[in-house]
Amino acid sequence: MDIHFTAEELAFRDEVRAFLESKLPQDLAEKVRLGKHLSKADHLRWQAIQNEKGWYATHWPVAFGGTGWGPVQKHIYEEECARMGAPRTIPFGVSMVAPVLIKFGTPQQQDHYLPRILDGTDWWCQGYSEPGAGSDLASLKTRAVRDGDHYIVNGQKTWTTLGQHANMIFCLVRTDPQAQKQRGISFLLIDMSSPGISVRPIITLDGEHEVNEVFFDSVQVPVENLVGEENHGWTCAKYLLTYERTGLAGIGPSKAALAHLKRIAGRQMSEGKPLIEDPLFRAQVAEVEMQLMATEMSTLRILAAAKEGGVPGAESSILKVKGTEIRQAISHLLRKVIGPYALPFLQEEMDLDYPGQALHTDYSAALAGQYFNLRKLSIFGGSNEIQKNIVSKTILEL
Amino acid sequence: MDFKLTEEQQMLQDTAARLVRDAYSFEAREQYASGEEGFSRTFWQQLGELGLTAVPFPQELGGFGGGGVDTMLLMTELGRGLCLEPYLQSVIYAGGLIMQLGSPAQQQDLLPRVASGQLLLATAFQEPQSHYHLNDVQTRADQDPQGWTLTGKKSVVVGGHQAGLILVSARVSGDSRDDLGIGLFLVDPQAAGVERRTYQTVDGRKGCDLYLDKVRVSAADVLGEPAQVYSALRYQQGRAIAAQCAEALGSMEEACRLTLDYLKTRQQFGVAIGQFQVLQHRMVDMRTELEQATSMAILAAYCADQADSDERSRTLAAAKFIVTRAARNIAEQAIQLHGGIGMTKEYALAHHAKRLVMLSHEFGDDDHHLKAYSALLDVA
Repeated sequence: MDIHFTAEELAFRDEVRAFLESKLPQDLAEKVRLGKHLSKADHLRWQAIQNEKGWYATHWPVAFGGTGWGPVQKHIYEEECARMGAPRTIPFGVSMVAPVLIKFGTPQQQDHYLPRILDGTDWWCQGYSEPGAGSDLASLKTRAVRDGDHYIVNGQKTWTTLGQHANMIFCLVRTDPQAQKQRGISFLLIDMSSPGISVRPIITLDGEHEVNEVFFDSVQVPVENLVGEENHGWTCAKYLLTYERTGLAGIGPSKAALAHLKRIAGRQMSEGKPLIEDPLFRAQVAEVEMQLMATEMSTLRILAAAKEGGVPGAESSILKVKGTEIRQAISHLLRKVIGPYALPFLQEEMDLDYPGQALHTDYSAALAGQYFNLRKLSIFGGSNEIQKNIVSKTILEL
Repeated sequence: MDFKLTEEQQMLQDTAARLVRDAYSFEAREQYASGEEGFSRTFWQQLGELGLTAVPFPQELGGFGGGGVDTMLLMTELGRGLCLEPYLQSVIYAGGLIMQLGSPAQQQDLLPRVASGQLLLATAFQEPQSHYHLNDVQTRADQDPQGWTLTGKKSVVVGGHQAGLILVSARVSGDSRDDLGIGLFLVDPQAAGVERRTYQTVDGRKGCDLYLDKVRVSAADVLGEPAQVYSALRYQQGRAIAAQCAEALGSMEEACRLTLDYLKTRQQFGVAIGQFQVLQHRMVDMRTELEQATSMAILAAYCADQADSDERSRTLAAAKFIVTRAARNIAEQAIQLHGGIGMTKEYALAHHAKRLVMLSHEFGDDDHHLKAYSALLDVA
């Protein structure tokens, strides 16, 4: 038994650090650290730098242009990226539709789409949730009817993250309304510029435009855009959900947020001393750090098992629940650091090139909004209650 | 990174598990607990014969040269069986102090007997006012040409009723909460001036309070120098904490197993109660706590034998905090999910629950270790 990284893994970490130190643009890292808005161009800029190094598709096989990394290398890369303030990878193309195409797609689909994901030609979004299908995803109603060489799609998707930037959407649609719930679903790739598609923003409680509604009004989709077999889309969806769930413990982002918390609680004064010296506040920071330590260790144990060829199964559901609770707890403490300055709603200060003087500090405008925004963590990717159902069924066999 | 056990470790685990399974049925434990000694002398001898009481000692002193992971594997099995023998107090804690502070002569004399299980030791470091703080020592040690005399009261010495020797901390100089000026003495409980008030503990073990009235201790029975004692106590308590985390792990695993079994078999409203989502989610919460506690027990085992550092102290405080909280949550939930039967004395679960809650009262509770971690918080 050895809980430390191997010499090889440490050498890899050094290589990642060297790459990030030389190639991660400082203005982007600054935006991430201060919680400022990131534009589509910002994301694409960082993607291009990673892709040039061959490190964008961290979990694709080498044959498709990926890194071929194992679970521990991926973990190290994600943690170092978060630590240095790299923009998060938008997962819908590279981490979600791509693994499905690699597993279930035709060679033509792979040849067409995968390079376009790598070089940023396509920006993908996810068409899963519907107004009536959230945790009960399989009750989705968006209909696709075969008409010659096309499907005609009608319906509505919702919570479509960054759909406003996307030119492609992968959708779960109902192709056989007679079949049992999960059986009549298909996985379709749809061009967002198709006639009949409209996108409407949903403004979230933090005032941000991150998610959207997407409407389909008799949209024509070529049959070659079907992935896998007709009515077997649920298989793709389930496969993708296991991909989506790993890494959801968010150890790297939580460690970065905790470091930020300590930094700003060291600057905020209270009773003539830095707030971090206040015993009550300090103990709360200490407690969340201990929880994070345990969750990181649990993550490493699961990764080590995966390295031996196991697939992270329902254990990753436990990590998702714990990891998101911790991330939310940190965001709660971050908000508390700035006291009354959590109150002013200063959206204009969320841009890095805001010309005025910050009302309080350059990081304070983002904190209350982030706290509310991160409530999403325990809802998306399978709500934490759904994760508990999964653990109950698969690990406990209840 | 690799969490697999070596072949030797696997063997150690199997041996300990088998031994505990054979000797520690619930009924047998009840019998040991109600006996004079409060544990099984036969089981203790078996541990000795198989070399298990020698695990953490170096080979030249009759030991097995085992590290933190070996201790963890063994303690987990002892915890699963709710074993009553004072392994942690005698072998890990007191044995560790003699390894760290004892002169070669003291080590040669004592450690082979401790490693074989022949000699039982106990530790008396707490006092009525000390509340887990090892530097808060009011028991006095006064020096004269013949040696030392000890006077004072030491609290809740687990296993002290049966110990051949008791390690006692006493103040030789300074104020009552100074880190320096604490002496460590090997006290023969049969010596004149030693009085023991023996009792059963809530979790089924035995212990005593120790009243010392001008107890004579010779210079040969002083361990280490007063300047070293406090840091040695802290360091060895760290090893005891790591061992206790592992012990708790075994008990938590068993409490979770019993509860899950119960959810699958107990019928109410015409179905197994495990069909109810509210109970399923509670069981998942217990399982999550167990996962976190397992991680911290492993981390603690890893740093238990490392050189003293803030990093080590932080990790051990975190381990004790997480495990203490998990143990209490699991104990309370396990009773709740069992309903009435979880409240009864003749069912093993209640005894795991008692042990899991009571372990917070040894070596510091969650508040104590939250404070310790907080003081060491790395804010740079």
